Amino acid sequence: MADAQALPDFNRKRPFNARLLASRVLVYATLIVVGLFAILPLAVIFLNSLRYNEDILRESFIGWPTRITLENWDVAWSSACINASCTGVEPYFWASMLMVVPATIISTAIGLLNGFALTKWKMPFASVVFVAITIGVFLPPQVVLLPWAIALSWLGLSKSLAGLALVHIIQGTCFTTLFCRNYLINLPDDLIKAARIDGAGFFRTFWKIVVPLSPPIIIVTVIWQFTFIWNEFLFAVTFSSSDFRPITAALMSLNADDTGVSEYGFGSAAVLIAAIPPLLIYFFGGRYFVRGLTQGAVK
Amino acid sequence: MQSVALTPEFRARPVSRAARMAQLVPTLVLLPTLVTTGIYIFVFVCWNIYLSLSSSTLLPVYDFAGFDAYTRLWRNPRWTTGVQNLAVFGTLYILFSVLVGVTLAILMDQRVKGENFLRSIFLYPIAISFVVTGTTWQWILNPSTGLEKFFHDLGWTGFEFSLITNRETALYAVVLAAVWHASGFVMVMVLAALRGVDQDVVKAGRIDGASMTKIYRRIILPSIWPVMISVLIILLQFAIKTFDLVLALTHGGPGISTTFPAIFVYDRLFAAGELAQGAAAAVWLLIGLIVVLLPVITLGWVYRKQKAGGGHG
Repeated sequence: MADAQALPDFNRKRPFNARLLASRVLVYATLIVVGLFAILPLAVIFLNSLRYNEDILRESFIGWPTRITLENWDVAWSSACINASCTGVEPYFWASMLMVVPATIISTAIGLLNGFALTKWKMPFASVVFVAITIGVFLPPQVVLLPWAIALSWLGLSKSLAGLALVHIIQGTCFTTLFCRNYLINLPDDLIKAARIDGAGFFRTFWKIVVPLSPPIIIVTVIWQFTFIWNEFLFAVTFSSSDFRPITAALMSLNADDTGVSEYGFGSAAVLIAAIPPLLIYFFGGRYFVRGLTQGAVK
Repeated sequence: MQSVALTPEFRARPVSRAARMAQLVPTLVLLPTLVTTGIYIFVFVCWNIYLSLSSSTLLPVYDFAGFDAYTRLWRNPRWTTGVQNLAVFGTLYILFSVLVGVTLAILMDQRVKGENFLRSIFLYPIAISFVVTGTTWQWILNPSTGLEKFFHDLGWTGFEFSLITNRETALYAVVLAAVWHASGFVMVMVLAALRGVDQDVVKAGRIDGASMTKIYRRIILPSIWPVMISVLIILLQFAIKTFDLVLALTHGGPGISTTFPAIFVYDRLFAAGELAQGAAAAVWLLIGLIVVLLPVITLGWVYRKQKAGGGHG
């Protein structure tokens, strides 16, 4: 107690003071203004998805709905015309899901296995793998775009779900291995040694020890892979066709359709549908999303 | 059972076939990744370089045409404009994202109420795709529907806001949307770093009577360099790879005023049927990335070394 008295307590509430109040007001005012700037675009889009298109065109894109309709969501989902086929975004939404879910699961599983092999077993070429993986994270996708296109057509996978998922799995493995390696390197070696003395092999140790201790990094990796692959556009547009097109590529076509009358109402709903899966993940897994940013990205 | 394992005879016994196989398992697990990553990174990059030196146009041709594609590339105004745009965009984008992000982080560090809520608001744009970001901002900035019309309808008929449709200013619309997308990310990274700053040093500074401004400038900000370097690396990458944001926001226009190198690559490869030139442009993207990242990564490495030698073990 004597020690605490010796030093002034900086956490204590200080008495009222005009300068302090002014600085508090300034802090909150700035945060609120920037917060409004951050939230505005999404709020505008959301309000427009509830307005009649004629109202949007007559008033402006930025405005309060005077009468509310849910029709835009229905049209955007099931009957809006994209590239002359009037199916709405539904097939593209499911196309994205069909690509993202397996690619996320497979790349995460491989990443976790790789991370385990790299950190807990003496690998002769661990550093080579690590360098390759780091390069893979930084490589601009444009440099490998043409070889990928040629290679996929050799494999008979060009413009298909399987081809696009394969590209994402191979590229994603670099990210997932890096994430998982940085996490598993802190796992106590004694646990692994104990399992080995008990006669457990690689896969048994993996299932019984590593997997049960890895939910934090599995969640981070899944969130990252899902968000990244869902939002990806360059590969999505290059390696897709009319039978299979992810939602980012479809949305770009919708946006590029300058047919005279702009359908902002259902356009807004379509944009929101494309943004909902990563946003849901962000709002429900926010803690892990931030952890991925601050740990995965820094290391 | 344990003591048996330590007897000399046991150690001397040759390793069984099964045990040797078991030792191979981790290698076999890594092998697919090693092969695919090796192909994807080294083979594909070399393949791309080879094609950039060929005379390929619509279809890949495996001959040697020297640096013909490269010379044609630098004579193409679409490419040179793209490079200039990238330089301007990259500088402004990084500058403003860092400025806004660091300011927000410092403000959030003043024990504000509702910190979690505010952080969610600032950060959510990073979770949204560039296509959505670009489309949204295009609608908002479009003079005939967005902000300009909004102010006209309010009665301010003289208001002109043609940022996105003006050749001279359209690039700044891209900067605006990109900064909106990234500043929350910078804020979160910097805030995490601020929370990791040694509070004893800060307290010592306060006891010495230093003002908060001085404490931030002299003590806190200099100590978060490693995070700033990570932020810089990530933003630089984003800038060089910029593609979908511009496509959704301006389609590279008006004219070619917001064209970017990454867009040029795509256009040459899949629209113009100029494979060699597209591949050459892609090689320049890689060179550009290496040239800007190498000094930054070296800086981070030197910093870490210094810190390691400076008593932190």
